[in-house]
Amino acid sequence: MATLPNREEKLSLDTFVRGLWEENPVFVMLLGMCPVLAVTNSTMNAIAMGLATTFVLVASSTLISILRSWIPRQVRIASYIVIIATFVTVVDYAIQAISLDLYNALGAFIQLIVANCVILGRAEAYASKQRLHTTLINSLGMGAGFTLALLSLGTVREVLGSGTLLGIQVMPENFEPWVVMILPPGGFFVLGAWLLLFAWLKQRRERRLLEQEGASNAG
Amino acid sequence: MQGESLGFIFLNAAVVNNFVLALFLGICPFLGVSAKKETAWNMGLATLFVMLVSSMSAYGINWLLGELDLMFLRLICYIAVIASAVQLVEMFVKKFSPSLFRSLGIFLPLITTNCAILGLALFQTAKEYDFIQSVVYALGAGAGFTLALMLMAGLREKLELAEVPSVSQGAAMSLMLAGLLSLAFMGFAGLGGSHG
Amino acid sequence: MSEPQVAPAAPQTPGFRMIRSLGAIAMLSGLLVVLVFQYTKPIIAENQRVAIEKAVFTVVPGASQRIDIMLGENGVTVSGEDEDEDAGEKVYAAFDDQGNLKGVALASGAQGYQDIVKLLYGYDPECACIRGIKILKMTETPGLGDKIAFDPAFLKNFEALDAGLNGAGDALAHPIVAVKAGKKQNAWEVDAISGATISSVAVAKALERSMQRMAPLIQRYKQELSRVGQ
Repeated sequence: MATLPNREEKLSLDTFVRGLWEENPVFVMLLGMCPVLAVTNSTMNAIAMGLATTFVLVASSTLISILRSWIPRQVRIASYIVIIATFVTVVDYAIQAISLDLYNALGAFIQLIVANCVILGRAEAYASKQRLHTTLINSLGMGAGFTLALLSLGTVREVLGSGTLLGIQVMPENFEPWVVMILPPGGFFVLGAWLLLFAWLKQRRERRLLEQEGASNAG
Repeated sequence: MQGESLGFIFLNAAVVNNFVLALFLGICPFLGVSAKKETAWNMGLATLFVMLVSSMSAYGINWLLGELDLMFLRLICYIAVIASAVQLVEMFVKKFSPSLFRSLGIFLPLITTNCAILGLALFQTAKEYDFIQSVVYALGAGAGFTLALMLMAGLREKLELAEVPSVSQGAAMSLMLAGLLSLAFMGFAGLGGSHG
Repeated sequence: MSEPQVAPAAPQTPGFRMIRSLGAIAMLSGLLVVLVFQYTKPIIAENQRVAIEKAVFTVVPGASQRIDIMLGENGVTVSGEDEDEDAGEKVYAAFDDQGNLKGVALASGAQGYQDIVKLLYGYDPECACIRGIKILKMTETPGLGDKIAFDPAFLKNFEALDAGLNGAGDALAHPIVAVKAGKKQNAWEVDAISGATISSVAVAKALERSMQRMAPLIQRYKQELSRVGQ
């Protein structure tokens, strides 16, 4: 296959860091939101899901990057899907072997990692075009960003919805938990709130940049 | 599952445990396609069709893999079938309604990564539904998905004309709306009554 | 290995190359999955065994050993690798250190508020009553319906829940039903949790359904069941 790559990237710190903030798969690219809403009713679940997804992302991206010149263009999506599904199956069995309780808590969403648009999206947009080491680092960054997003929801929802963090009571005894937080609507509200916060921060920064520009122009 | 009437399965999938608002499946298209009622409707129908095809295929695959004792290949087979079903629908739509094909654009192939479809296959397998139950389950899920999409589209179209704070425009507002819809749908729990 | 074509227009890849690539990837994937499956299979089986055992010993007080049994119309068969469909339903016979039958644990389920409630319960053939329940899986409302899993007052219902047989020995003498909170009068009734009626009813229904079918069988084959433990 190998069309000329759009732009072969040189490995740098930015390759990793991009996935955390600037190109955060959830908050910026708005991908892979199903698990973010579904399994973040507790911090433990969020961490586990983040690690599982990162593993599949890194493993499949790396393999696809290695095989990229050998996969014909017409069947590339099908190939990516098979590879991703394979690693998801691997993770599925691994988690069952590690902890049945965790497996039951995450439920079908482990297998649903296959349908996570982040992984297929990155395979198509990046892994199929870039070299092995850049792909490896970039997917690690994306996975970390995804896990960060999961954590930001998981912690808030667990603390407000159960009064605990990782199972340990953190809110005062007489705190009446906001049960809605661990129910479906809570997921929507908390994610919406985070997006609101980021949009507000972005707006503030842009305004400040404009003011600075205005000041330097005047001065 | 014994004792579940078909009507209950349909209601359960469509409303009580709505795939989008209760089970968090299909969020990406839900947020991406629900800006206009017409696109929402078309997407809903296309998804419903893919769900039907996938549901029936999943039933067959599950049986076959069980016979061959190859259960660990189930996930790979499911997603492969879904991808093929989407290809099929794409060709179908392109041939019979080119305008629909154009209006759906990129979202048609994206149905493949719609977790609602894979979720449907996985759940129906877990619940051990027979063939008829699976088909009804798929119909209910597709109907529920379309319902959620249409409700969202209706709300968002109205919001286009309203004055909302600039920071909340876009995804944040959609999510808040979805949260409210989800809250409302929680009221359906228990629908279908005691049975079985 | 042939070099990939580099061309501005969509390259006309022969079908053979496509099939070959997909086939190779499929084989690679299949191999990987099979390897992982074989490696984890024993570990997962052990995890499941431990989890079931924990649950069985919770619902059958005094038990320390468990043997999986298939119980059906034709009697008792020890559950082995080949599960005959006609052998009946899987039950867990629980014995104490001396090999005496302490009870039989069975799984059942019923539709709750949100989704199916799955539970394991222990039946004592000597007293013809249920000795304990353990909720295995549920998605009831947190803070309300999910109380069925740990509310002490509710669980007390199941310390000696009457599941005696009628004269003919083919059904329960009194169906297990849930009653409004505080209205429990008879040993076969379940006091529902106030505010979580539907979830409580689900538990009662699950027990009722299972007991109607299995209690007569367990009583009929009580001797065989006891013998398995010796």
